[in-house]
Amino acid sequence: MAPIIEVHNLTKEYRIGREERHDETLREVIARKIKAPLNAMRNSGERTKADKFHHFLALDDVSFDVAEGEVVGIIGGNGAGKSTLLKILARITDPTSGMVKIRGRMASLLEVGTGFHPELTGRENIFLNGATLGMRKAEITANFDEIVAFAEIDQFIDTPVKRYSSGMYVRLAFAVAAHLKPEILVVDEVLAVGDMAFQKKCIGKMSEVSRGGRTVLFVSHNMAAVENLCQRGVVLNKGNLVFDGSTRDALQHYLSINAGKFGVFEHVVQFEDARKRNSPQGKLLQKAELSTDDDRPPHLGIPLGARLKIKVHFDLPSPTDSFNIGIGFNNNYGHRVFTANSCFEPDRSPEARSGRQVFVCDIPSLTLVPGEYTTYLWLDIGNQKADAIEDAIPISILESDYYGTGKVSWRGAFVLPQRWQLETADVEEPRLTESV
Amino acid sequence: MKPHFELTIQPRKGWQPIDFQEVYLYRELLAFLVWRDIKIRYRQTVLGGLWALLQPLIAMIVFTFIFHKLAGMQSDGAPYALFAFSGVAAWNFFSTSVSQSSNSLISNQQLVSKVYFPRFFIPLGAIGAFLMDLMLSLGLLGILMIYYRWPLSWTILELPLFILGAFLASAGVGLALSAVNVSFRDVKYAVPFVLQMGIFATPVIYPMRYLPAKWQVVAGLNPMAGVVVGFRHAILGTPASWSLMGLSLAVSVFLFVAGLFIFRRMETVFADVI
Repeated sequence: MAPIIEVHNLTKEYRIGREERHDETLREVIARKIKAPLNAMRNSGERTKADKFHHFLALDDVSFDVAEGEVVGIIGGNGAGKSTLLKILARITDPTSGMVKIRGRMASLLEVGTGFHPELTGRENIFLNGATLGMRKAEITANFDEIVAFAEIDQFIDTPVKRYSSGMYVRLAFAVAAHLKPEILVVDEVLAVGDMAFQKKCIGKMSEVSRGGRTVLFVSHNMAAVENLCQRGVVLNKGNLVFDGSTRDALQHYLSINAGKFGVFEHVVQFEDARKRNSPQGKLLQKAELSTDDDRPPHLGIPLGARLKIKVHFDLPSPTDSFNIGIGFNNNYGHRVFTANSCFEPDRSPEARSGRQVFVCDIPSLTLVPGEYTTYLWLDIGNQKADAIEDAIPISILESDYYGTGKVSWRGAFVLPQRWQLETADVEEPRLTESV
Repeated sequence: MKPHFELTIQPRKGWQPIDFQEVYLYRELLAFLVWRDIKIRYRQTVLGGLWALLQPLIAMIVFTFIFHKLAGMQSDGAPYALFAFSGVAAWNFFSTSVSQSSNSLISNQQLVSKVYFPRFFIPLGAIGAFLMDLMLSLGLLGILMIYYRWPLSWTILELPLFILGAFLASAGVGLALSAVNVSFRDVKYAVPFVLQMGIFATPVIYPMRYLPAKWQVVAGLNPMAGVVVGFRHAILGTPASWSLMGLSLAVSVFLFVAGLFIFRRMETVFADVI
């Protein structure tokens, strides 16, 4: 059977910069058209570097198929091309080249509340929004009570939505969208709304939709939701399709791309060109080498719970025994989650040293929650800061099956060993208190 | 139960045909958009729909006083108040339709950049809503005619033709301008000014016979000239030249088709530029 969605060599080019400023007025266009030949002459007809800079490929030759009933997650960082892809599928914008074939009635939901009008009441907006999303009036009427119940807004149904709280607004919007019944549903980021209880309800509704045998394309930054809902993941990076396979592998791949966000992930980091550096006693820190279990260099990052060894190479300008290396691990939000420091080592050789040194920090099992970390690395000599580098070594912690259950928390800062067991509850007889 | 539905998305270049099947599929949405525009127009106003009547009524009083009483301008047979009101009703429909629809894509950015449906529904919906205002003011005109004891004649049967002409003309202009407005916001400033001038280029306050004979047919190139004359001819039974009205109606049809195609041609970039 032919796939329900076929995407062939899809490319979308945007011109950015001066060329297509949308607030350009008519006068400016005329001025530009007149100047154009002059500029062309000056540049001797060639396509200059500056000109190339104005073209930007949001999607670059992307091809994939989706079979009927598949639930596909589209994953990628900001600017990866996810939204552009959905916009083309939703027919909001045209591709620059390439082709898409869609075999079925499709509804797209790129933002909740599209077409809501603040002056209209909840009731009126349900009808308007439903019609905008491609529902028939009869369909909306049939689902009306269910929509209102799902949104939990019964008593405000005849109030203009401009008086709604943002939570109510979003609940109503999602409720309408959730009752769409197309063969193909394209959804973008709608789950990032409402309070926790409502988010849970939304995810529940989404999985109900996908279990119903409908084809769903789902874009979200909520990795847990993607993992939960989708069987297949497509990873986009800078407009290219870089991975297409199981959701688990896709997430792994996505994390590995992201690992390079702070620079290319390498197991040897040289500090010569470190940018954010504070060196009161000169550039003493030289480089760091990372290794993981069996002293292997880490490939894409450190798997959760694996060993992390950091060899720090540095110079001591004069003989001293009072020096320490500190490594602070900062998470994505810039919060320090863990600090390693050689001053915590009880069995350290006391002799004075000078010249090139290698200090090895060995963490037998690093159990930070999977994600991206940067490190603040510093050298103290005689309790004075001698050299310090911010964002010195990027480290990504990869998801791994730490507990052996296939489940790992993404919340919090640390994953720690834990055991749970059920005990038989002692049913105690109520003790009779002595009474006189 | 599954209708076989296949869609191919490809880059579009140049002139686009109208997809009538799609228009049919989305027909309910057009009705909803008209309904929405009617609903929100006078929300949170005290007088509500009365505004649709007050505007032409006050214009009629002012025009009658200044142009008829003070400047001594004559009508073409009917009482000047009825003459002015019928002209103002037709002109107001055109001018409000054009100014609203030319801004409609911008004020519905949310829809344009987030959801797909035939784009020209947006400017058409805005105009559709003003048809209701036109009906209301024509109702008031009926009452005024009773007051002035001015009889209706069989020519009233021609009225739908001229309403259609007014609709086609404003839709054509509105479609083209709304599309241009997406890229060039100059439209927003030019339109009110041109419309203000337009009332004088159209026989709203003066009868057609004030123009030199050789210009009378040329004036038909202004689609609203024929429509205004036609409104009066149909409602008040005043004399009118079919060559003028015919030319105006032809121009209206041409404007509508041209506007629709200009719109279809430009709509491929709306979501990227708006």
